Amino acid sequence: MKGLAPVFIVVAAMAAVPLLGVSNVMLNFLVVALMIALAGQGWNVLGGYGGQYSFGHAAFFGTGAYVTAVLQVRYGVNAWIAFGLGIAGGAVVAAVVGGLTFRSGLRGAYFALVTLAFAEVLRISASVAPITGAGVGTLVKLDLRPAALQFGSRAAFYWMILTLVAIASIVTRLLERSRFGVWLVAVRENEDAATALGVNATAIKLAAMVISGAITAAAGCFYVQYFLFIDSGLAYGTWISIEALLTPIIGGVGTVFGPLLGALVVRALGEGARMVAGGEAPGVDLVVYGCVLVLIIAFAPRGLIGGLAQLRGRWGRPAPLPKAGHG
Amino acid sequence: MAEPLLQVEHVSRRFGGLLAVNDVSLTAQPGRITALIGPNGAGKTTLFALISGFLRPSDGAIRYGGAEVTGEPPHRLARRGIARTFQIVQPFGGLTVRDNILVGAHLRHPARAAAVAAAEGVGCALGLEAMLDRPADTLTVAGRKRLELAKALATEPKLLLLDEVLAGLNPSEIRDIVPVIRALSQRGITIVMIEHVMQAVMSLAEHVFVLAEGRIIAEGTPAQVAADPGVVEAYLGHGAATKLGAAHAN
Repeated sequence: MKGLAPVFIVVAAMAAVPLLGVSNVMLNFLVVALMIALAGQGWNVLGGYGGQYSFGHAAFFGTGAYVTAVLQVRYGVNAWIAFGLGIAGGAVVAAVVGGLTFRSGLRGAYFALVTLAFAEVLRISASVAPITGAGVGTLVKLDLRPAALQFGSRAAFYWMILTLVAIASIVTRLLERSRFGVWLVAVRENEDAATALGVNATAIKLAAMVISGAITAAAGCFYVQYFLFIDSGLAYGTWISIEALLTPIIGGVGTVFGPLLGALVVRALGEGARMVAGGEAPGVDLVVYGCVLVLIIAFAPRGLIGGLAQLRGRWGRPAPLPKAGHG
Repeated sequence: MAEPLLQVEHVSRRFGGLLAVNDVSLTAQPGRITALIGPNGAGKTTLFALISGFLRPSDGAIRYGGAEVTGEPPHRLARRGIARTFQIVQPFGGLTVRDNILVGAHLRHPARAAAVAAAEGVGCALGLEAMLDRPADTLTVAGRKRLELAKALATEPKLLLLDEVLAGLNPSEIRDIVPVIRALSQRGITIVMIEHVMQAVMSLAEHVFVLAEGRIIAEGTPAQVAADPGVVEAYLGHGAATKLGAAHAN
């Protein structure tokens, strides 16, 4: 498959990490960072490639998490099947939100606000509905068997989330090189011009939203299997909406590896700040996120990946001289 | 005369109290170049937006290839073979020239390899081969106009609506692009062009419609409309035709 080699190389290198005897603390950090990268990759499909900046990806993350948890706990559904249905649930919510917003022609800030509103409505509903455990939340029973999609070792969870990130990256890469991806980017760049060339912008945005919702929901499903607990604030809280959009923006919007790089950097800075503050200043990680975001927007609007490419262009091999007679 | 490819029948478009297009009827014969001229604000671009589906007519019907297409959305009309360029060029600024044309080429070629080949073919035909890898927003005005044309052509249209593709070009650039447009027509593409550069209209168009204040005030061959006193007055003001006539007689 053309163009997939970088994905395989990065994934293979990362798969070797647990074999190097790293600590459980380090592995836990990486598992959470990869989970955020997965949520961010979902956001990236819609926001990075499609230019539709959602502030409410918690709606998909939370739906994935709740479907996975509630099906197992209340209906005794097998964890693997619940996981799959959780992803499907995220896709359905995305189809509903996308159908309503795109068909009514909401763009830009209006789209962002409406997605935020949907996530908040779901959060408040989940905090009172009996089926979600309301304010108490839902606890998944500890059952450390692969059949129950729970593992005794952190390394196994690490490989599981890495596999999910790999699948999402391959999907994104294939999308990038497909007609759908070309049209999605065209809609981002200029919706009217794309429409004039035969692109059904509403359908393209809706499809991107469904893929986006499914990927971010997978991160929510994984959250439940890893932490075995979910409540409305964790599932539908703004924290995940923010991290899902922050990671690709910092890593590089509209690039396959942007969310992964962004998630590692963002989580490392956040954890570092928390360690330095030592519990004295709750929310210090959010302050760090804010500062990083300002720096990125000021100095590398295309994210770390775009910034690195620029630096390589400036200090690496000299740029080829413009040939005469082009103008 | 053959069945016209495009028939605009008594179309009107109202914006609040303003009747921008008022009971306009026009036709475009297959394989020919038809020009639409008129003073600024006459409603030419609005009429193009109606034909290409970006606006719905308040009244009237639009028929294309024998089927009524009034009110169809632009992407469906593009699939039927109607392509348009925009008066204010609309490149996908962050993408390369090749990727810009690729967006149009994908309409008829779902597979990437075939679409890239088609896009490069269209780019080369329009003299953009040296710029295929350049970001679209680094092109000159003339380059952008060619790109606008290339994107539309990549959809392999039967009917091409050109909205002032020559505006902003210098005389030598116009001399370069006029033969390109003529070649498209010779390949069988039906062209309707809005144009202010009368020298190009005279040399390219076989039939001209004149729009002023939302109404068709004259039609005919380029020579016929140029000699029409009503057309002269629409451009130069009331009484201009008689004054000019008097000046010629002296």
